[in-house]
Amino acid sequence: MLLLLLGIVILHAAALVLLFVSTIVSAWTTGSTSSSDLWNNCSTISGGYHCDPAYTGEWIQAVQALMILSIIFSFISLFLFFCQLFTLQKGGRFFVTGVFQILASLFVMSGAVIYTVMSPNWVPVSEAYGWAYILAWVAFPLALISGLIYVILRKRE
Amino acid sequence: NCVHLSHLTPSLTPIVPQQSEAIVIYTGWERHALVGSDIRLSCSFFSWRWTSDDVTFSWSYRADGARDSISVFHYTGGSPYVDNKGPFRDRLEFVGNPGRRDGSILLKNLDYGDNGTFTCDAKNPPDIVGRASSVRLLVFEKVPIQAGVITGAIIGAVLGLLVLVVVIYYLMRFLVARRVFNLSVSKHGKKGKGKEGSQQRQASPLSVGSLTTTTQR
Repeated sequence: MLLLLLGIVILHAAALVLLFVSTIVSAWTTGSTSSSDLWNNCSTISGGYHCDPAYTGEWIQAVQALMILSIIFSFISLFLFFCQLFTLQKGGRFFVTGVFQILASLFVMSGAVIYTVMSPNWVPVSEAYGWAYILAWVAFPLALISGLIYVILRKRE
Repeated sequence: NCVHLSHLTPSLTPIVPQQSEAIVIYTGWERHALVGSDIRLSCSFFSWRWTSDDVTFSWSYRADGARDSISVFHYTGGSPYVDNKGPFRDRLEFVGNPGRRDGSILLKNLDYGDNGTFTCDAKNPPDIVGRASSVRLLVFEKVPIQAGVITGAIIGAVLGLLVLVVVIYYLMRFLVARRVFNLSVSKHGKKGKGKEGSQQRQASPLSVGSLTTTTQR
């Protein structure tokens, strides 16, 4: 039982860490001389590393908001998990925890989808998607599975 | 010889230079404006000394992509001198108040070619050591939404909705519990079941005997 608990918490924490890294690191698109992410467009031109704030479009701000919301909801879900662990009835389900984690996964999915759809505008043809973008897509199924496990899980002992 | 020098040394002690803080110049960081509109670029400074009569303000402009900057405004000796040959002739006006440490200029009828960096340098003798401050001008067809406005709005709306849902849930639970309590004053047996029914979230088969519902969240 304890092992299962540990495994679930580690899964949740892994999803959370992926969300964090994906949101913060500047590697959603990478090219030979530039990389950009949700917050900055950085490029090395003529010997200097130089960052500009990202485009102030409506959609990039929506992606920023969704990624931040997914982090917040995942945090809340972790917190609720520990709350429910100590207050739930025997045989009860971690329903609220699961709902929040599933919402977090839906947010990160929406963010990644919007970024993908808007990529003709944001990602020049010569550049490729970066690893932080991939992390966002990996975090989505991880968080989803984690949330589903919570919904199915029943408290014992 | 040594005796002579000992008489001289007191007057040869060096005068310690007076500590003077640097002058600090403030302009905006970035300014957005629409084509054809006017914009006021503000420049002011902070100095430990009183504003002197010889205070000078100097604005220079470097177009986007250009490597050199040209001087477009200078205030000295109590008079402003505006650009009368460069890209801003007849479009620049001095609207500052040097006595109040304000060296702002007004740019009229903006065009896309005015995109660039404006640098203000102010000097307040004897306080002349300082770093010039730059403001970036961006001219748009329509003013874009500031970075972060929509982000904040979305986050705020979703979290607000969350708080609202939680409040409504607890309100409903409180109301239902109270109504059920009033109802079941006469019906003692139903009291336990009524409270159970309101806990829809953690709906789990509870044994009727255990009234541990109060511990549940």
